[in-house]
Amino acid sequence: MANQMTDEIRIVSVNGMLGYGYEIESLKAGIAVKPHLMGCDAGSTDPGPYYLGSGNSLVRADQIYRDLKPALVGAVRNKIPFVIGSAGFAGAKPNVDLTLDVVRCICKEENLHFKLGVIRSDVNKHTVIRALEKGEIEPMPGAPALTRDLIEKSSHIVGQIGTDPYIAAFEMGAQVVIAGRSCDTAIYAALPIWRGFDPGLALHMSKIMECGAQCAIPLAPNDCLLGTIREDHFLVRPLAEHRVCTPESVAAHTMYEQGNPFLLYEPEGIVDIRGADFDQADRQSVRVSGSSFTPTPSLKIKLEGARRIGARAFTIAGARDRHVIENLDVIERAVNEAVRRNLNEEALKEGYELNFRYYGKNGVLGELEPSTVAPAEVGILIEAIAPTDSLASYVLSLARSSYLHCPFKGRKATAGNLAFPFSPSDFAGGDVYDFSIYHLMNVKDQNALFPVEVETI
Amino acid sequence: MPTLGDLASVIRSKNAGPFQVTIDIMFAAAEDYQRTLKSVRFTPAEIARRYRIDEAQVALIPFERVHAIKITIPRRWGSRGSGSMGDRDVYGAQQHGPLVDLEID
Repeated sequence: MANQMTDEIRIVSVNGMLGYGYEIESLKAGIAVKPHLMGCDAGSTDPGPYYLGSGNSLVRADQIYRDLKPALVGAVRNKIPFVIGSAGFAGAKPNVDLTLDVVRCICKEENLHFKLGVIRSDVNKHTVIRALEKGEIEPMPGAPALTRDLIEKSSHIVGQIGTDPYIAAFEMGAQVVIAGRSCDTAIYAALPIWRGFDPGLALHMSKIMECGAQCAIPLAPNDCLLGTIREDHFLVRPLAEHRVCTPESVAAHTMYEQGNPFLLYEPEGIVDIRGADFDQADRQSVRVSGSSFTPTPSLKIKLEGARRIGARAFTIAGARDRHVIENLDVIERAVNEAVRRNLNEEALKEGYELNFRYYGKNGVLGELEPSTVAPAEVGILIEAIAPTDSLASYVLSLARSSYLHCPFKGRKATAGNLAFPFSPSDFAGGDVYDFSIYHLMNVKDQNALFPVEVETI
Repeated sequence: MPTLGDLASVIRSKNAGPFQVTIDIMFAAAEDYQRTLKSVRFTPAEIARRYRIDEAQVALIPFERVHAIKITIPRRWGSRGSGSMGDRDVYGAQQHGPLVDLEID
């Protein structure tokens, strides 16, 4: 790849999440347009902090293998550069290493050879602590303050890679790039920006492409989308014959998962889509022009960190007795007291949390539930979180038996308050994490923060 | 009087990052979009009341081009972001509930 201006750059987004699948015919159609780049997004914070905290992936290795093999083989055999952003879901070292294992396995099976670029997104704790001390960290909207203790207790911290490290990898001759946690936009915008295309258009196109064919009708994050960028506009087209993009479907997609539908805040700058035009270019394609771009005066990188806060044990049961359902609050208070009474000093000092959720009543919305309709039955989820698995299980066990036999005024079903579907009734839920860090950090040199390693496979 | 759920063709919620939830309300007909925006019942104050947050925490953004309205609010569940202790909806995908039955005059 030489850094020279061409009339257009064609990019295939294989799907919106590596592991969620795609239609193989769409992939073939994508390869047939001789794209300059193919790729996929492989990560998100949506499923919560566990995946970053633990280093485990939400999608299994065999799902990654199934999705990656035809796409990687197709790309490498046709000499099309291939990128994966936010590899292994959270993009931390164990997440990226899992993806690399799958890549190496496919290469061995298929006898593929190429230059592989790996961009790590792990950020050193000392770097974050120094930035915090210098006042160079600010919270994302809605995020609470950051402290030194939170940084130190984080099991993994990653930064969202922007376009520059991807460009560095291309400059080093990487044909396949596996990157840690990445801005959704960097995955597809780096190549056109490197080749001199308008950054506003490139970032806007990339924002649409990161979800695969989610912007199409019928929508599908698990199918391929083609993006074509030219000097003053870009085109998006679903690669499955039966899908179409319409100006409304593409415009509406810019709302998706965005706090503000008109402004995209990226490390490179702000893309303002208020002046953008969306037109039907042909049966399937939409042409977009007019998204404007203001470069950032000072580079800020979004950090994500996760911290273990304990272990979970839970049980699920039903209540069908009207008197039990009418007395859930009373029973819950009595159970909380009984558990406290039954725990020894040591356990109380270690600390625990006991939570109750009542599905059918207000399990999803809690105190925000507007409905006052009396349910015929209620699903009860009892959850204990404590520093260790064994204490969580112990607390849950006390809570479960107290709940089952808890007396209350007007009780008629004196044999038991709960219907358990399972034996054993109690489950270990594993480690519980929270988002210790969701902050912006001032960064001078993105390429120093996110180094690229290139190796020959 | 129709509810917001009656008028909207899409009414959905989703995380916008681990600390915010964003609600998209889309309308098939321009007049339903206009009617909702003009309704004295559809206000940041009423939305704040239904989510038990301050009015200043409600961002209400009309999107004329696609006849849609976006509402972004702080996440209401979890001790520190989505998926943390006490969360009820890790993806934030079922948090539009309090708005569906809002009557639009």
